[in-house]
Amino acid sequence: MTLPIFPEEASKIAEQTDNLYWGLLCASAAVCLLVFTLMGYFLLKYRNGKNVDRKPVHLPEMKIEVTWTLASLLIFMCFYAWGAKNYFLIERPPPGAMEIDVVGKQWMWKIQHPEGNREIDQLHVPLGRLVKLTMTSQDVIHSFFLPEFRIKQDVVPGRYTTEWFQADKIGSFHIFCSEYCGTSHSRMVGNIVVMSPADYQTWLTQGQPGNTLAQSGERLFRELGCSGCHVGKSVVRAPPLEGLFGKPVPLNNQEVVTADEAYLRDSILFPAKQIVGGYTNDMPSFSGKISEEELLQVIAYLKSLGSQTPVREQ
Amino acid sequence: MNATLPQSETREIPPPPQRLLTYFEEGGRTIGSWLLSTDHKRIGILYLYSILFFFTVAAIAAALMRMELVTPPGDMVSSETYNKLFTIHGTTMVWFFLIPSIPSVLGNFVVPLMIGARDLAFPRLNLLSWYLFNFGGLLAIYAIAFGGVDTGWTFYEPYSSAFSNTHVLTMVAGIFVAGFSSILTGLNFIVTIHKMRAPGLTWFKLPLFLWSLYTTSIILVMATPVLAMTLVLVAAERIWGLGIFDPKLGGDPVLFQHLFWFYSHPAVYIMILPGMGVVSELVTCFARKPIFGYHFVAFASVAIGLIGFFVWGHHMFVSSQSVYATLVFSMASYLVAVPSAIKVFNWTMTLYRGRIYLDTPMLYALGFIGLFTIGGLTGLFLAAAGFDVHVTDTYFVVAHFHYIMVGGMVTGFLGGLHYWWPKITGRLYPENLGRLAALVIFIGFNVTFFPQYVVGYLGMPRRYHSYAPEFQVFNVMSSAGASVLGVGYVLPLIYLIWSLKHGKKAPPNPWKATGLEWQTPSPPPKHNFAQTPIVTREPYQYSPEIQEELIHG
Repeated sequence: MTLPIFPEEASKIAEQTDNLYWGLLCASAAVCLLVFTLMGYFLLKYRNGKNVDRKPVHLPEMKIEVTWTLASLLIFMCFYAWGAKNYFLIERPPPGAMEIDVVGKQWMWKIQHPEGNREIDQLHVPLGRLVKLTMTSQDVIHSFFLPEFRIKQDVVPGRYTTEWFQADKIGSFHIFCSEYCGTSHSRMVGNIVVMSPADYQTWLTQGQPGNTLAQSGERLFRELGCSGCHVGKSVVRAPPLEGLFGKPVPLNNQEVVTADEAYLRDSILFPAKQIVGGYTNDMPSFSGKISEEELLQVIAYLKSLGSQTPVREQ
Repeated sequence: MNATLPQSETREIPPPPQRLLTYFEEGGRTIGSWLLSTDHKRIGILYLYSILFFFTVAAIAAALMRMELVTPPGDMVSSETYNKLFTIHGTTMVWFFLIPSIPSVLGNFVVPLMIGARDLAFPRLNLLSWYLFNFGGLLAIYAIAFGGVDTGWTFYEPYSSAFSNTHVLTMVAGIFVAGFSSILTGLNFIVTIHKMRAPGLTWFKLPLFLWSLYTTSIILVMATPVLAMTLVLVAAERIWGLGIFDPKLGGDPVLFQHLFWFYSHPAVYIMILPGMGVVSELVTCFARKPIFGYHFVAFASVAIGLIGFFVWGHHMFVSSQSVYATLVFSMASYLVAVPSAIKVFNWTMTLYRGRIYLDTPMLYALGFIGLFTIGGLTGLFLAAAGFDVHVTDTYFVVAHFHYIMVGGMVTGFLGGLHYWWPKITGRLYPENLGRLAALVIFIGFNVTFFPQYVVGYLGMPRRYHSYAPEFQVFNVMSSAGASVLGVGYVLPLIYLIWSLKHGKKAPPNPWKATGLEWQTPSPPPKHNFAQTPIVTREPYQYSPEIQEELIHG
């Protein structure tokens, strides 16, 4: 029976983490070899009963101490830099990724594709495409762990976190929840299925979603009454949302924030928190009236408006 | 260090007019005389009973978990039960065994003896800490016995305030109360080491055990209040719905992690520094050599304590904390490893040209160095931010901290317990059984925890009641190792108890050691020294060229 020591490598990041692992293993093996050989040698040579020269010798203590202190520090800093470099790679998604939403809840993963396909505990992705997950939790903290991709990110209620990867191997791999989340934590597992782009297209169409994510968002936007104030020439004056996403927003208190997912989310749930310059706080909170998945749909809709120019300038 | 009074005479301390009563005899042998004793030696033994009880509770929980994990599906106990088991194991081991283990048992017993004092600075406060500790422990046991707690020892939010239906409040209260015991013990040690050293015992003549306990005490006093405050906030949120951590109430769950780890990472050093201190005592005594680089070993303890306050964010690399915070915490985590490395190198160099006696305490000390080296090196793996993303919250972390906490601290505790056993009880333990147990523990430990590094890298998350079938082989190894480890722990329990009645009587200094604690009879009289010793010599004045006859049971 062969014992696999490494999980499969399904992405470039996995390869880089494994390289770092090898580096750390080799350095540690060298240190262990040095310390344990010395210990073993001294134990054998200087055991009580052995007739050897034990006369104290004068060693340049300061020099020895400074040498091994600096040597350790130097080696440690190399690994620090290596780890930091990899971390940046993991944390900074390259541009141009396809975006998929993940909502964690006790004890399942709910996933929404931009095309409108939805799945639970399964994540289908095409080979070779950059994928960026936007994740949140509707209850406690979870963590979206893909061991074959060597990535993991906590999924935190009340905020959006992201995780990105580019699968370079076709197959089905583990999804584990790795932050303890209650009774069935160990059953909050699933599969990520990497398919060829053609198969992925087939899969998307077979899912027969009624609406894309943005279309569902638009429907909610009307049903929840957002459009009453934010669209056209409404009576109540509310900031226009066309062309908003990703742009800087000047606030009442002279601060300027970027209109990202977190800003949109906060503005829907806690409208009084950040008020756009020149407006008053007339908007009711939608906290408790909209689910995390619906919120992501509305945000997908607002993002789709991001490329449009504001229609209502006064 | 040697007490000499005066140096030219062969007898260092003039013989007392008649045999002094031992601390067992003076004050009586009644239960009341123990429960109301302010003698640091008796309180140390009271702590030994307490932590042995809590260790047993936590070990039973571990045994049940290892049994469950033999097979991949969760088929022995329910998920609720499993989650309660690892919570019992974690909370009890951390707060009711590891933190008080060396400081409150061995430290209590030997600190005044090592500095030539009659007791700790505040003997009644010392007794109060034992009562607080047990009161906290009883609350924890109540929580465990009447329903259990399922939050994990980390009490992550918002789970612990808004979602868990278990006895979170009682457990939190227990830890809160036990925290005051920690603070009082730390305070007592700090004042004692500052104010009550024997004449001539300057800071740089102190045994290294005291340097490490001193640093530990500073951490206890400075970090524990933060834990207490954090737990109060958890309780306030749970009881009154005050929005602090729960995002539904406008709180921030990541804030909880910052507060929790601000205490709990320094607490990791509370759980290893005392072990390092014990090892410095053992290595010098059983290699018959002064320690190599005394000042470096002493200041390494202080440096670990200091830098240890600035590394807490390394538990949170995937928590959504700022990328730049991660980079700073990652670097600080590498820095804190430097003084640990210094210690390992100095212990190794101390063996050079020594006269090495492989008695039981030395076997534990060598085991400590080996296991701590492996645990420490894998800590460097985890400090690498990009690497940590993959292994955090997996069995890799579980293996790492067990190498430090069990391979390090428990090994250090057992080494120290055997070393000072003749002093504490006045009896010698059976040496061959002692060596055998040390070996069994060493093997059992490695078979239990080494496979967990592998299965962790393969991706098995921690706190999993059921797991993917490909992880089974490693879990079976681990459980098999745990049975060996269990036997290893029962052995000392049996022969040490046996030795209380049947062990050979111990002379004052069976190991021919230099510490002041060996200058007084075994067991010591109530007030430790017939006359306050005066210290003139450097610590660890051993001479490897002289063959000494160590006295064994």
